[in-house]
Amino acid sequence: MAYVAVKGGERAIDNAHAWLAEDRRGDPAVPEITLAQIQQQMGRAVDRVMAEGALYDRELAALAIKQAQGDLIEAAFLLRAYRTTLPRFGYSSPADTAAMRIRRRVSAVYKDLPGGQVLGPTYDYTHRLLDFALAADGRPPAPAAQAPAEAATMPRVSDILRDEDLIEGDGARDLGREPGDLTREPLAFPAPRDVRLQALARGDEGFLLAMGYSTQRGWGGSHPFVGEVRVGEVAIEIVPPELGFAIDIGDVTLTECQMVNQFKGSKTKPPQFTRGYGLVFGHAERKAMGMALVDRAMRAEEFGEEATAPAQNVEFMLYHSDNIEGTGFVEHLKLPHYVDFQSELETIRRMRREAEVVG
Amino acid sequence: MPEPDTAARQRWMSVLARAAADQLAELLQAAPALPGCTVLRGPESGLVMLRGRAGGGGGPFNLGEMSVTRCTVRSASGFVGHAYAQGRCARQARLAAELDAALQDPALHDALQAAVVAPLAASQQAARDGQAARAAATRVQFFTLATMRSS
Repeated sequence: MAYVAVKGGERAIDNAHAWLAEDRRGDPAVPEITLAQIQQQMGRAVDRVMAEGALYDRELAALAIKQAQGDLIEAAFLLRAYRTTLPRFGYSSPADTAAMRIRRRVSAVYKDLPGGQVLGPTYDYTHRLLDFALAADGRPPAPAAQAPAEAATMPRVSDILRDEDLIEGDGARDLGREPGDLTREPLAFPAPRDVRLQALARGDEGFLLAMGYSTQRGWGGSHPFVGEVRVGEVAIEIVPPELGFAIDIGDVTLTECQMVNQFKGSKTKPPQFTRGYGLVFGHAERKAMGMALVDRAMRAEEFGEEATAPAQNVEFMLYHSDNIEGTGFVEHLKLPHYVDFQSELETIRRMRREAEVVG
Repeated sequence: MPEPDTAARQRWMSVLARAAADQLAELLQAAPALPGCTVLRGPESGLVMLRGRAGGGGGPFNLGEMSVTRCTVRSASGFVGHAYAQGRCARQARLAAELDAALQDPALHDALQAAVVAPLAASQQAARDGQAARAAATRVQFFTLATMRSS
C-alpha cells in the first residue's frame, strides 16, 4: 500500500477542527454536559467504551464520549490511544466472579438455583414505550425497594451443575505459561482460547451480537441456553513485589455469561453439555451473551465439529472483531489515494486500447 | 513470609484504596496530624492488566486494563507506606500512602484506625449492604400453583 504525502491542507485542516470544536459544543445557550453527568446518566455508553477501549476508567471513558460527540467507536479509539501513554504496573490476580457482589443474576436453565433469580436494574420486561416523563424536567425517581439480603454473593450456575458431570468443567486453572496478551504481542494463529477471550472481551458489541445471532440461525448452530448471566462488582487484587502479599485496589463492574450448549459427543467425549463463556467490563449483557455464543462456536475444532460457518472460523472472527482496527482500515480509504487511482486509471485505459485493437 | 499484622494492613489498604481524596482529607482533619513524609515513588498513574478465567474457574486470560495510581512514602518515624488505588487521583494515592505508613506506627495506629479507617469502612459496607438489599428486592419469589389433576 502506498501513501503519498500531500501538502497544502494545513489551513483547511485547522479550520475544519475549529468548526468541529464548535459543532461538538452545540448551541452555547444550552448548558455544557459534564463528565459527571455522562458517568451517572450515560452509564451504558461509558461501559461500552471501556470494554471496547479495553481500559477500565469511567472518567476517561466519559471524557472520550464527550470529545467524540457520542461516537462510541471514536471514543473507544481515544481510550486505546491514551493507554499507550501509561506504564504497565503489572497484572491482577484472576478476578473471582463467584465472589461477585450481585446486582443481577438470572438463569434460563435452572429455576430454583441457590441464590435465586435476581432481576436487578434491567430493561427486560419493560414495554419499550418512550417515557415522555423523562423529556420533562424530572423529579428524582422514588428510591428502589429494599429487602433483607441473605448473601451478597452466590455460586456460579456452572459450579452447581457440574456435580452431575453432565456439563463440561472449566478446564485446567493453570495454562503452564503466561496468558497471551494482545497489547504486547500481535495476533498469531492458531490462537489459544485465552487469546481469543481477550480479543472478544474488547471486540465490537455489534459484531459479537451479529455473529452470535448467526449461530442461533443455523450458521454453526449450537443449541444454546443461558446457564447464567450475572452483573455486579468484583474486587481487583494485585500482589506488588515490594509488598509480597495481595492487596485489594478497587472494584470493577463486570458482566459474565455462562452459555450452555448441547453436544452429541465424539469418539473421545461422552454426550454432555458444553459451554461458551463471556466476560465483559461494565453492565453489558448483550455483549457478554454474544461473546459466549461465539466463544463456543470457535471451539468447534476442539469438539471435532466441522467448522463450516463464519462464527466457527477463528481467523475470520479474530481478524474482524476489533472495531478500532476495522474503523482504521475502512476509514483510511478517505485519505488521498491519488497516485494509486492514477495508476489504475492508466491500466484501465491500456486494457481498453488493447481490447479495441483486438476487436 | 507475611508478617503477623499483614491481614490488618490488607484490610486498611483495601478501605483506603476505595476512599476519595476529599473523604480522606476531611476525616484527617479530626485525626492526629500525620508525621512528615518523604516521597520515595510517585504518585504516578499507570495500568494494571485485569485477568479473568475461562468459564469463571479455568485458565487465566487477560480481560483488559484498569487505570491505577500508586505512591510510596517513608514517614519521619521510619515506616514505609504504600498505596495502589484504582483511578488516576494522585492526591488520594499520596494520602493513602501516608496513612499506610502512619497506621503501621503503634503510636498512631489506634487513633487513625478510629478516626479515618473505621468510618470509611462503615460507609463502604453500608453502600454494599444497600446494593445487596436492592438486589434482594428484585429476587423472583416463585410460587407453585396447585393443579386440578390429582397425581
